[in-house]
Amino acid sequence: MWSFVLKRFTHLIPILLGVSLLTFLLMSMTPGDYYTALENNPQVTPQKLVELRAKWHLDQPWHVQYFYWLKNALQGDLGYSMAYKVPATELIGSRLWNTFLLSLAATIITWAVALPLGIWAAVKKDSWVDRFCAGIAFLGLSIPEVLLALLALLFAYATGWFPVGGAQSSLHDTLSGWEQFRDRCHHLILPAVVLAASSLAGIMRQMRSNLLDTLRADYVTAARAKGLSEGWVVYKHALRNAINPLLTIFGYSLAGLLSGAFIVENIMAWPGLGRLTLEALNAKDYPLVVATVVMATGLLVAGNFIADILLAWSDPRIRLKE
Amino acid sequence: MSSPIDTTNNPAARRPRTPWQLFWERLRRRRFAMAGAWILVGLYAFALFAGFVAPSDHERQDRERFFHPPTIPRIQGWWLVVPRYEQVKAGPFVYKARRDDVKPVQFFVRGDPYKLFWLIPTRVHFFGTGESTHPIFLFGTDQFGRDIFSRILYGSQVSLSIGLVGIALSFSAGMFIGGISGYFGGRTDTLIMRLCELIMSIPGLYLILSLRATFPPNLSSTHVYLLIVVILSFIGWASMARVIRGMTLSLRERQFVLAARALGLPTWRIIVRHILPNTLSYVIVAATLSVPYYILGEVVLSYLSVGIQEPDASWGNMLTAAQNTEHLQSYPWLLAPGAAIFVTVLAFNFLGDGLRDAADTKSN
Repeated sequence: MWSFVLKRFTHLIPILLGVSLLTFLLMSMTPGDYYTALENNPQVTPQKLVELRAKWHLDQPWHVQYFYWLKNALQGDLGYSMAYKVPATELIGSRLWNTFLLSLAATIITWAVALPLGIWAAVKKDSWVDRFCAGIAFLGLSIPEVLLALLALLFAYATGWFPVGGAQSSLHDTLSGWEQFRDRCHHLILPAVVLAASSLAGIMRQMRSNLLDTLRADYVTAARAKGLSEGWVVYKHALRNAINPLLTIFGYSLAGLLSGAFIVENIMAWPGLGRLTLEALNAKDYPLVVATVVMATGLLVAGNFIADILLAWSDPRIRLKE
Repeated sequence: MSSPIDTTNNPAARRPRTPWQLFWERLRRRRFAMAGAWILVGLYAFALFAGFVAPSDHERQDRERFFHPPTIPRIQGWWLVVPRYEQVKAGPFVYKARRDDVKPVQFFVRGDPYKLFWLIPTRVHFFGTGESTHPIFLFGTDQFGRDIFSRILYGSQVSLSIGLVGIALSFSAGMFIGGISGYFGGRTDTLIMRLCELIMSIPGLYLILSLRATFPPNLSSTHVYLLIVVILSFIGWASMARVIRGMTLSLRERQFVLAARALGLPTWRIIVRHILPNTLSYVIVAATLSVPYYILGEVVLSYLSVGIQEPDASWGNMLTAAQNTEHLQSYPWLLAPGAAIFVTVLAFNFLGDGLRDAADTKSN
């Protein structure tokens, strides 16, 4: 098991290196840099600009810049944000946490709703429950996140039950610990539900078809023939084997989750990585863009890594094959 | 149903049906899939005849009617009539229908000039009143007094075609590269698959936005359109290539490929003519189900105002007007483009699901 974990872990390194290289290449192809906007400013002399560019190695070819960046990144320094005038790691810390929180909450909601509904639909196959769930799944698959997020904002605005955007209230710092926690949760619910709604449908359908497949297996027939109760057969025999393939789906669903988080963050003003990336791109703050993209990728591959480990842990065939 | 005697008497029934005919028959039986297909036919027809169906030009601003509510036609005597809407309050735009001041709806009426099929200049529109005092705004107007219904029609030309063009690009690239990767194997395969993994391990929108940033922000809408298609395809081919590679790996061991090789056919011909056609049923299903990805990609980019630029209409940049929650509550018709996106995606999902079930012969 440990050799499997180690092997999977070493897979992550070339991916992160490749992603940082690709992002750097893209940013170097981008017209202009952060200081282009200052060129027309009469208060900034051309001499000063040359100095500033030299300071951040912007006058060097991109691959030289990349090695400077890599050298610093290995020491935990992801570059300096030119727009915010602070190290990128400082900015990313809280944003990464927010995106993680949003994704985690959405994942919990998704699975807590999708698994029971999927099981219910499979057990009551072809009944009105099954049709109702299939209908919900179709709506969930087809409603674009942009529209759902806008509707959620409208809902929050019209009812006043939820805050309209943002991650915390303006008085957050004056609140006591428990109230701060409640405030954060209050802000988190709506974006998390919007994000969960889109991935819910896929997992629910998968759960349903997996359980239906296992219910057709011979050992389920055998268990029924023994005279076991239907509940015991479904929940003790079939369900355990039906859940296994869902771990793979969990890994795959992460990419969609993070892209969805990007949309939700930007529409519902949730201060996460996606919003920071867009702000950095608009400000031509390229070191910050590279840092955020690498971090988002890190989040994704870390999630996939965990999914792989869980899968290997639950299914010995996988860890023995490698 | 029919006895064996009937089949022998009827020469047409004796002929075995091709797999495509069987596929078509199974698809025809799926009501939702057919409904999806018909909705799509309708939407694409509207997009093609956008100028004709739209009562006004997508750029025309009615400066006296900002945030005009949807016009509700009604039947009066033998006529379908529309009332004139009078502004009650100026600040938050509130309108009232004047039931005593109505004009009949006319068909094939003259209005804004446009080019039918981008070629034939004409002024004939499908419906309208022909008078500027009684405009017909089926879905209301936006903050510039532009007709949302007309803009949705013009925007559908962008949104609906972007999916098809994107699929055509990324799927042909994905099939070809995946085919090469699977057929040759070895180092080519490793290299291509690592590249795919790299592209797929960056969360989609982060990569899309970074790619978009490498081009100047103020491009014309035509250029942005091409750019969006290329960017989305650049990411989309990877997952396709991986699946096709897997299928090619097993197909290349089959006897018909061995036979083709023994006949001395060139490699590209074996890949294009013998291996790839066998993946086609999967590809068609996957293509239908991935069209929404391209439509939504354009929507998100235009919504974040790095896509199709105003005053050109696209479903994404129209939704930008709905960003203001206060406006959205007072004038909910601003969400109409969102409904259009929803219907389109739903139709594609219905069709794609039906295609998948029809292609899947094993579970029947």
